[in-house]
Amino acid sequence: MNDVQQGYNFAYIDEQTKRMIRRAIIKAIAIPGYQVPFGSREMPLPYGWGTGGIQVTASVIGKNDILKVIDQGADDTTNAVSIRRFFARTTGVKTTEKTSEASLIQTRHRIPEQRLNEKQIMIYQVPIPEPLRWLEAREKQTRKMHALAEYGLMHVKLYEDISRFGRIATSYDYPVLVNDRYLMAPSPIPKFDNPKMDNMPSLQLFGAGREKRIYAIPPYTKVTSLDFEDHPFEIQQWEENCALCSSEKSYLDEVVMNDEGERMFVCSDTDYCEKRRRQGHIGPMGTALAAE
Amino acid sequence: MYVAVKGGERAIENAHQYLAEERRGDVTARELSIAQIKSQMTLAVDRVMAEGSLYDQDLAALAIKQARGDLIEAIFLLRAFRTTLSRFAMTQPIDTGSMQVKRRISATYKDLPGGQVLGPTFDYTHRLLDFSLLDETKIEPLPGDEGCELPENMPRVTSILNRDDMIEQEHPDAEDDAVSDITREPLDFPTDRASRLQNLARGDEGFLLAMGYSTQRGYGNNHPFAGEIRMGEVEVEIIPEDLGFPIIIGEIAVTECELINQFKGSSVKPPQFTRGYGLAFGHSERKVMAMALVDRALRAKELGETVVGPAQDEEFIMYHSDNVESSGFVQHLKLPHYVDFQGELEMVRNLRAEHSGKEQEVRKTGGV
Repeated sequence: MNDVQQGYNFAYIDEQTKRMIRRAIIKAIAIPGYQVPFGSREMPLPYGWGTGGIQVTASVIGKNDILKVIDQGADDTTNAVSIRRFFARTTGVKTTEKTSEASLIQTRHRIPEQRLNEKQIMIYQVPIPEPLRWLEAREKQTRKMHALAEYGLMHVKLYEDISRFGRIATSYDYPVLVNDRYLMAPSPIPKFDNPKMDNMPSLQLFGAGREKRIYAIPPYTKVTSLDFEDHPFEIQQWEENCALCSSEKSYLDEVVMNDEGERMFVCSDTDYCEKRRRQGHIGPMGTALAAE
Repeated sequence: MYVAVKGGERAIENAHQYLAEERRGDVTARELSIAQIKSQMTLAVDRVMAEGSLYDQDLAALAIKQARGDLIEAIFLLRAFRTTLSRFAMTQPIDTGSMQVKRRISATYKDLPGGQVLGPTFDYTHRLLDFSLLDETKIEPLPGDEGCELPENMPRVTSILNRDDMIEQEHPDAEDDAVSDITREPLDFPTDRASRLQNLARGDEGFLLAMGYSTQRGYGNNHPFAGEIRMGEVEVEIIPEDLGFPIIIGEIAVTECELINQFKGSSVKPPQFTRGYGLAFGHSERKVMAMALVDRALRAKELGETVVGPAQDEEFIMYHSDNVESSGFVQHLKLPHYVDFQGELEMVRNLRAEHSGKEQEVRKTGGV
């Protein structure tokens, strides 16, 4: 694991390309929530598996960084393992599973439960950067809609949800308005995580490799989830607590235990769950972990 | 008892080991050599080079071997290698007019200057399995004489039509006009023809074939004729900055297709034949024909034709033609989605609970 791949540049991408990506990132930070087109490169990992996030990480990572990679909140899901190994091989930087220890966190589908700080950067992998894509397939049109801040179509969609289902029927990739200006796709994180984006102390970068877009939320920026006065935004709630660490505040994954369909609920954020167990919070099916 | 799934790392290593064994297959059979793939699987090599956007037969052959013959995987391998290469020069435009022709046919003229040259084609073969190829001990006769000399001068069919202004003129870009590069810049709509052709040249053959075919079945018909298809070697030149004149750095094999299409004229243009163009590395005839059909279809707007089919829609074609992109995104569905699925589960449960609540209410009141 420690041997760094020979024959490739630090973090795989050549320096000129990194410069191009960094310029796109700076522009993205300057216009919060705006999708900046960039010359996305082919990566040795497939499109749709995090190539945007990988390119952003590769462009900002330095020798002293400590990298954490999560997928579905967990450090040990296969794709997170694969991406973490990729950077370990191409940069030799230290990797970690601890949220508090990481300077860069690349993620797919989750924001860690622990509040992040100003020294950390969140890097999101984004499949479809355009929040209006399901309402309007044409890029030419959607760019125009963003330019004019014409987001009525999205409000109509949400309204139609309410009239049909009595609620807004979007549970992940729930659209947000950044800095009161741009409508933005938060990537397929559960809406449970949306409030964490608001006023977050750390820089949030979003990379969509296949769609060739980068966007950003600078630290301490207002991020609001779309809603209506009489139908305020709500996050998911569970009747159960985490079976391992008894947390009542975290996002839970449902685990089917047997053929009878018996289920248990556990924290999706594995680091958070472990940390709690080390601190002595034990759920009905959890085992104590030694304190560090 | 549930134990959080650990050990993804070891599982991946084991899977890769297993893959390596599967790739090698039966160890009593001799291992496939790069030289064999390069010289006997030439059309596979050509496709991988064309869609991998890198002209290197050895690396394409290596990619095919490593990918166990999965050409889209091989294309992906080659692309991921290409992306690490630095660019040291732009070549001069290749001149297919001075191609060392191996094959050249036209469907619009029975005979033409330079003649019809069939070359190594599957056309007119009967597709019967040749069981004699099963015998691998057979000694191949060495190739005999090269046969007849081909004439040096093979003018393009379109230039013949050009003379009486029957076909639209192609105007080269101004010398100093930088050509866009879709491998370095994101797509920007509306696009120009250069970026469209680049996109099609590396686009998936199967996709282009289906899209081209759809134009022949009424989804944006443009009455094509195969003006000319030619395949052979062309010289590649660059002008080094310190020299100031062109030098030849090598030869590449390409296939070119020029389609001639009917055009009844519009308010802005007189009736005239129009063109669709296809070019790809190696011997890639099916690919360049499909490409030329789609290229012509994509010019609908420019020529004032109504857009009725997907092949005429540039966003549709250009965003979906790349098999490395589409293969990655389709297969990313294999990645875990528990978090999103949990969100959906929660929502559907709530909706169902409300639904059954409503149902009971309806039953109670007897109303609708």
